[in-house]
Amino acid sequence: MSETLILSKRWGKPNSAALETYRQDGGYAALDKALGMEPGAIVDEVKKSNLRGRGGAGFATGLKWTFLPKDVRPRYLTVNGDESEPGTFKDRYILEHDPHMLVEGIAITCYALDIHRAFVYIRGEFAKQARSLEKAIADARAAGIIGPRLLGKKDFDLEIVVHRGAGAYICGEESALLESLEGKKGYPRLKPPFPAVSGLWAKPTIINNVETIANIPWIIANGGEAFAALGVGKSGGTRLFGVSGHVNRPGVYEKPVAYNLKKLIMEDAGGVVGGRKIKAVIPGGSSSPVLTADEIDISLEFDAVKAAGSMSGSGGVMVFDESTCMVRVLSRISKFYAEESCGQCTPCREGTSWMEGIVHKIESGHATVADVAKLEQISGNILGMTICALGDAAAMPVQSFLKKFKHEFLQHAEEHRCPYGDHGWGLEQSSRAARVGAITY
Amino acid sequence: MTKPASVGAVEELPREKIEHFDRELQAILKRYPPDRKAAAMLPALRLGQEVFGYASPAVQRLCADRLGVSAARAEEVATFYVMFHTEPVGAHVVEVCTNVSCSLCGGERIFEYLKKKLALANGQTTRDGRITVREVECLGSCGTAPAMLVDEEMYERLDVQKVEQIVGGLK
Ligand SMILES: Cc1cc2nc3c(=O)[nH]c(=O)nc-3n(C[C@H](O)[C@H](O)[C@H](O)COP(=O)(O)O)c2cc1C
Ligand code: SF4
Ligand code: FES
Repeated sequence: MSETLILSKRWGKPNSAALETYRQDGGYAALDKALGMEPGAIVDEVKKSNLRGRGGAGFATGLKWTFLPKDVRPRYLTVNGDESEPGTFKDRYILEHDPHMLVEGIAITCYALDIHRAFVYIRGEFAKQARSLEKAIADARAAGIIGPRLLGKKDFDLEIVVHRGAGAYICGEESALLESLEGKKGYPRLKPPFPAVSGLWAKPTIINNVETIANIPWIIANGGEAFAALGVGKSGGTRLFGVSGHVNRPGVYEKPVAYNLKKLIMEDAGGVVGGRKIKAVIPGGSSSPVLTADEIDISLEFDAVKAAGSMSGSGGVMVFDESTCMVRVLSRISKFYAEESCGQCTPCREGTSWMEGIVHKIESGHATVADVAKLEQISGNILGMTICALGDAAAMPVQSFLKKFKHEFLQHAEEHRCPYGDHGWGLEQSSRAARVGAITY
Repeated sequence: MTKPASVGAVEELPREKIEHFDRELQAILKRYPPDRKAAAMLPALRLGQEVFGYASPAVQRLCADRLGVSAARAEEVATFYVMFHTEPVGAHVVEVCTNVSCSLCGGERIFEYLKKKLALANGQTTRDGRITVREVECLGSCGTAPAMLVDEEMYERLDVQKVEQIVGGLK
């Protein structure tokens, strides 16, 4: 059975990012089809497709689109290409290897929602990816695909603007992203109101991830039902799963949404380095709760991973072999969240730096068993107490590591040293060839 | 309240460079609605950093002036984002990712090696002003780890030899 590829099928083809390549491959035919449809019918197809957001929360895309108030204009679309959650590295390849797919997705979405200005927020470190998308937008404009008319036939003014970030994880959070786009520091806003009601410059704004929007042309070309049929239940389509860490073949693998996590690691990613055993897996970016080796024979579908006690999040799967020190891993994760907390709410600002401090103390052998209990307590005081989800994102790893690998924390505290010595990151710390769609890096 | 570009905001900066900045800024401003100039703060600071070397207080004031916002707001933005340098930096900024996926593949070792080789602590600049080294968070290159950013260029699948070559080649 050949697998259906939606997002990565052109990666690795010669000039895959060029307009001619995209057109020769049937590109912009979906936009043509969409222009012959009622805007409402496009939204209905997206609803039928069971497309769920690929940015982290897995929210139903078609449903989100219906939250726009009917009579308020202008409306805006912002596409989230901040891609900063540790372990996540997928949107960049869409931007690099197939930017016209995103441009077409944006054009269809804007036409469906009566939006005339779209911003694509790309993290500042992705200079090459931003240039690639900017070229695609300029070429599409020069060819009359977007601009005052769509495909040269429909009067519909559309402007797509690339806005580069400048290094702040929090700007991936949708309301912080809007602040950043308005030219401010990235402080998340209190919700409600949600962006669909009051977003960019207080106007109704739809925010979707790059990968989410890149699916739209396929859905319109093939129909929502065909997309839904690739998945299960209320999740349709394929996803880009990123696998990193101690595997033989790290990379980005496009698979049906309900693909098996263990199979992804052991077969697609070639299993674990040095034939060692898996100790742990983080299934959806660094904020998703960790799973032990015997918890990974599960479907990656959003609700299935949730039922297993974690989150499929951004699709970033991180694999740790048996020689890894879990205290070391948590120490680095906690440092990240302490560093990236915007500092706006006290439980997050203070809690993340306390957690960082205590985990570091445990790691370096200066802690007592009482510190381990204190860590547990502090993480509990953050959950649900903050303006945005970064607080929870910082607390969830701590709670799950303590629940599943408590013995390692206690051993550090009791022996006053790290039992793994100078190889806390594992016995084999080397780079391995990566597979990104059909490309080998 | 419109006032002409106040000379006070920019007097420490060389005139030709300001003219260059202003020309480039015009192109950036076209991307935003005319009544939303303030949205261009991030690109303006990035441009200022390119043209003047770093996002100094004078550069912050220049951006604030051109975009019609307070100097305090420009400062707030310049200090919030890690890619803006509010202090002078070396001719090249080498940023090594030590986050989880990179360190599982040797990222932390590479960072330690580099600091030792250049005799620098995190964030410091070599005495000849050539290289600033710093530790950064996940660069979105976890599959091709370890990764580092040199100025605007991403280097992936690193090992110590490769790093030696790349950093040795910096002028
Ligand atoms: C701290 C934090 C960081 C986030 N970072 C990203 C990100 O880098 N990219 C992204 O698409 N969504 C990110 N999100 C999720 C966004 O807030 C938002 O839900 C998403 O962009 C919506 O798009 P989707 O419905 O298509 O998934 C982040 C959320 C939080 C709380
Ligand atoms: S939870 Fe943390 S990151 Fe989010 S708004 Fe509060 S302080 Fe900022
Ligand atoms: S952890 Fe280094 S690039 Fe993601």
